This record gives sequence, structure tokens and C-alpha cells, in this order.
Amino acid sequence: MGNVLVLAEHRQGALRDVSFEMLAVAPKIAEGMGGETAVLLLGSGLDDMAKKMTEYGVKVMVVDDPAFENFNAEKYQIALSAIVDELNPAVLMTGHTAQGVDFMPALAVEKKMPLVSDVVGLDYEDGTLKATRTLYSGKVNAVVAFKPADTCLVTFREGAVEAPETSAAGEVEKLDSPLKEDVTYRKFVEYVEAEVGDVDITQSDILVAIGRGLKEDKNLPEIEALAEAIKADLAGSRAATDAGWIPHDRQVGTSGKTVKPKLYIALGVSGAFQHLAGMKGAKTIVAINKDPEAPIFSVADYAIVDDMFKVLPKLTEKLKELK
Amino acid sequence: MKTLVCIKYVPDTSEAEVKLNPDGLTVDDSRFSFDINDADNYAVEESVLIKEAQGGEVTVLSIGPKKSEVMIRMAMAKGCDKAVRIEDDRVAAHDPLMVAKVLAGGIKGQEFDLVLTGCMANDDWHMATGVALAEELGVNHASMVNKVELLDGKVKVNRELEGGLMEVVELELPAVLTIQTGINEPRYAPIRGIRQAQKKELNVVNLDDLGMDPGSVSADASQVVLEKLYIPEVESTAEFIEGEPEEKAEKLASILQKGGLV
Ligand SMILES: Cc1cc2nc3c(=O)[nH]c(=O)nc-3n(C[C@H](O)[C@H](O)[C@H](O)COP(=O)(O)OP(=O)(O)OC[C@H]3O[C@@H](n4cnc5c(N)ncnc54)[C@H](O)[C@@H]3O)c2cc1C
Ligand SMILES: Nc1ncnc2c1ncn2[C@@H]1O[C@H](COP(=O)(O)O)[C@@H](O)[C@H]1O
Repeated sequence: MGNVLVLAEHRQGALRDVSFEMLAVAPKIAEGMGGETAVLLLGSGLDDMAKKMTEYGVKVMVVDDPAFENFNAEKYQIALSAIVDELNPAVLMTGHTAQGVDFMPALAVEKKMPLVSDVVGLDYEDGTLKATRTLYSGKVNAVVAFKPADTCLVTFREGAVEAPETSAAGEVEKLDSPLKEDVTYRKFVEYVEAEVGDVDITQSDILVAIGRGLKEDKNLPEIEALAEAIKADLAGSRAATDAGWIPHDRQVGTSGKTVKPKLYIALGVSGAFQHLAGMKGAKTIVAINKDPEAPIFSVADYAIVDDMFKVLPKLTEKLKELK
Repeated sequence: MKTLVCIKYVPDTSEAEVKLNPDGLTVDDSRFSFDINDADNYAVEESVLIKEAQGGEVTVLSIGPKKSEVMIRMAMAKGCDKAVRIEDDRVAAHDPLMVAKVLAGGIKGQEFDLVLTGCMANDDWHMATGVALAEELGVNHASMVNKVELLDGKVKVNRELEGGLMEVVELELPAVLTIQTGINEPRYAPIRGIRQAQKKELNVVNLDDLGMDPGSVSADASQVVLEKLYIPEVESTAEFIEGEPEEKAEKLASILQKGGLV
């Protein structure tokens, strides 16, 4: 029998989207393997979250222990090591998130179990579990097959699939906490909220976003001229904020802001999924990139394949004229 | 403070089409320029900052081909003291757990307080090697680190979570930290450093030299098989605006204007 155990993720009292999204994938795998899907929740005061997960028609196993109030990789590894021994799932999956990546590789090494990370699709074919993942910023896909193992470990990308509809109510089962004594090597101290800047780009109507294609900060005035002409705020990719071209609170993407402006103009942004996740909800997307294969074009409404510095001066001039 | 920093030589595929080799299992990277992996560049800078503040030494560790020595010399030009390059084509490079085992083999027997890796390699995107390495070495770790503060026998770090939120955690040393981009401002190598780097110690070793059994890190030992690579179609419903650059600009401007978008 092959059961699939989905470790749900939550932070500051709320379940993370990836927890639901994995339920679009896990039941199909479990069915192929002749097993069932169960959700595992580690935390403290989990009643509401557990109930919410049962709405997807799965069994929800709950470890309610104050020790798990905040995520701690060391505690998670100890707990999951014990739970995997006890439940023997064929697959253990969790999000490819700041949480998942912080303990799953260590668990894999400890238990001598295979791991495939940043998975965007899972299939069970002819007795083999196969994972699809992306390489080179989404320009190449790989299919990776698991060799037979007691438990296959998977970290699944957030936003790769849509959460399923809720269905029947599943049951909740309480598990004893596998954490027998407190751990001391690693200590959670606190959360620090992101800094707040002068402009809240989540409220902007029009955003002009720059990426590494800007090349140098001396090229910024050209971008600012365009933004000024159409009363847009500046935003950018992580590469642009890392380079210091724009402040950190203007970063769009998984580790920055999620924006939904009326118009998003991406200049020299390749469109890595971490960036797309933050802007694909924009109403109209314009992308200018000299690489015709750039993934940003997959979400664009209007596209120009060219050197942005050849297009920008005329674009700004025309937009000023047309006003 | 003894620090090791793991760096990888990766192709820059951001501006061009990627093609596969006929084997279907590897990328034809012959046309690309290679350089240090983004996050690893920040890890190198962090290791040098730590050395400058605390004293000690920094050792570079890399699994890669001969041509990656330009990258290793550059890290030494910025202040790293010595380097070990591991080259062995028996390693199952597609499995980060095998790569971590080899890196651990390159570290074992050496004393260290900190090991820094990048949080993600731009080519394979696993985000797994550093945390697996910590387990191989039997030490603490924190991933996606964007601030490091050394305390007495401990390190306090900020971990970057989704949406810009930060998690502060304290770890006992020794520890492995996987470094996120943006943690610092990587320096340019000074001319004097570039000259000095040529004289620094760079050892090239294989699995036998490390006393490792190649069978423990080979494709046979790996529990995952890379079945195939393929180029996904960029499914785009975008209207591609054609013409000379200036024509494109004019067309786009009028589309935006007519559509009431600006
Ligand atoms: C945990 C984690 C979280 C992350 N979070 C985020 C996030 O929140 N937001 C984010 O953006 N990224 C994030 N990233 C980084 C992401 O993976 C990419 O590295 C990043 O988005 C790349 O930025 P870019 O598109 O500006 O640069 P690149 O990928 O280097 O792309 C530059 C683009 O510019 C084009 N270009 C170059 N010159 C020109 C020119 N003259 N004219 C036109 N086009 C040109 C190139 O063709 C290329 O497509 C995260 C990564 C990790 C590991
Ligand atoms: N061949 C290698 N040589 C040295 N370090 C590596 C190698 N491969 C991966 N790493 C380290 O592991 C980090 C994460 O890689 P990955 O888990 O593949 O995303 C990189 O940023 C490097 O610091």
C-alpha cells in the first residue's frame, strides 16, 4: 500500500496556499499506488486549521504541541523522522518554501531517502514515481524518477498547480507529539516584518518594473522618464533590488510583493517563476526583452523582442505626445 | 573563525536560447559564458567580511572542471585564503544529496566554525545541497540567510521567508548557512588581490584522494534517475509587436493609449 502524507504549512496562525495546492496532486498519486492521502499538521492550537484541511475530503493528522508553535527545522526533522517510521508513507511531500527547503534535505540524508525538490508535477506510471522540475530559470524541464524506496520525499513548488475544490469532510486524528525533550541547538527568536518604504507598490495603478537587463544604474533615468510620462511607480525583480537600483520594498515576487496593477511594464526581466508569482495577476502586462525565449512572455499581453534601450526613448516620447 | 565557502561555476543562460545535447540528459552549454553562481558570490563576500571582522581564514571548496579555476582565483583575489577543487566524473551530479556527500568528503577532517553555501544554484535550482551538507557533517544549519551576526559560540541569522517576512534564529556553532542574494554588496577584486591570488594554495583532488568510495556517490548510489530533459514550450498568448525598434515603440504607445491603459 502506498499512502501519501502531505505536511501542511502554516505561519502566524494561517495555512499557506501550497498546503491546499498539494491536494490537487497527492490523491492521484495515492490512488495510483493503491493507498490514501493524509494531511499532517504540526503546531499548537490547530483546531481551525485542521477543520479547514478536512474540507478537502482527507484524513488530517494533528500533532498539537506548543513546541511547534513556530517553525524550527531541528524540531521538524526529529518529528518527521519519527512519524515517517511510524506511518511508513510511500511519499512525504511538503512545500518547496522557506520552510520545506530548511529541513527536507537533512531529513533525506538522515533517513537515506531520495528527495526531489522544487517539483512542479508528479506522476505515478508503471510502478514508478516521477517528478517534473524546472532548471535554468524555467528554460529546461527535467523528469526525475525515484528508484524504489521506503519513502520518497518531495518538496512541491507553491503556485505550480491550483488548489482543488473542497469536497466531503474528512476526519481528524490526534497523534502524540514525537518530540520528547526540548531541542537546544537552534532557537527561534522572532519574526521581523518587511520594511515599509515611501510607495506601496501593491496600491499602484501602473508599474514599470526593471530587471537585470538594466545593466547599470546610469541607465535608470531612461526608465524614470518613462515612468514619469505615464505616472507609473517603479518596481523590479530581485536582481534589480539586489543591485541596489531600487529599494527592497519595490521588489515583486515570492520574496517581495504580490501586485495587481492595471498595467505592468516589465523591462529586461526574464520572468523567473519567483517573479511571475508576484505579477501575473496584473490586468495588462507588457514585456520588453531581447531574448525571445524569456519566460516573461508567457504571461505578457503585449510583447516586444528587442533591446529595450532602442525602444525606450521613442516609447517615452510618443507616450508624452499622446497625452 | 574558520570558514569554508562552497561555490559553483554555472553557465549564464539568461539571455539566450538553451539547447540540449543529443543525450537528452545534459544542456549544451558550449555557447554560454560561465561565472560564479549568483548566491555563491554573496557567500564569498560574507565569508571575507567575517574574516575581516573576526580574523581567521577562509577556504574555498568547489566541485567543477579545470576552467572553473578562474572563478576560484577570483574568490581568492577577494580575500579567501586557499582552495580545494574536486574533479571527478564518477559523481552523480544530478542529485544534490550526492553532491552534498562529496562536499562533506572535501571538508571532513578539517576544523571549521562555519560553512557557507549559496541558497540556490542558478542552473539546477535544487535549493537542497547546503542543508543536506549540514546533515552529512552532523552540524546545525539555517537556510536562506540574509543577515549574519556572530555571537559567542553562536550565530544569529535572519532567514528570508515569503513575502519579505524575516525569521530570526540562533544556532550553536559550528553551522552551515545557505546564503541568499542581497545579503551584502559583493566587492570587486582589487588588482593587488588578483596578483596575490595566483600564489595562493589551490589543491585539486578526486574521490580517491579524499578517501571516498566512488560507489557511494555514483549514479548507482543515487536513489533518483534523471530520465530526460526537455525544452518546455513558452506558451504565449501575447501580441508580438513587430518592426524596427522605433516602429515597435510607436505601435506600443498607441496600443496603450487607445486601450486607455495610460
Ligand atoms: C528563494 C528565492 C526567492 C526569490 N524571490 C524573488 C522575487 O521575489 N522576485 C524576483 O524577481 N526574483 C526572485 N528570485 C530570483 C529569481 O530566481 C531570478 O533570479 C530573478 O527574478 C532574475 O531577475 P531578472 O529577471 O531581473 O534577471 P535575469 O534573469 O538575469 O534576466 C535579465 C533579462 O534581461 C534581458 N535583457 C538583458 N539586456 C536587455 C536589454 N538591453 N533589453 C531588453 N532585455 C534585456 C535578458 O534577456 C534577460 O531575460 C528569488 C530567488 C530565490 C532563490
Ligand atoms: N559543484 C558544486 N561545487 C561547490 N558547491 C556547490 C556545487 N553544487 C552546489 N553547490 C553549493 O550548493 C548551493 C545550492 O545548490 P543547489 O542545492 O544545487 O541549488 C550552491 O549555491 C553552492 O554553494
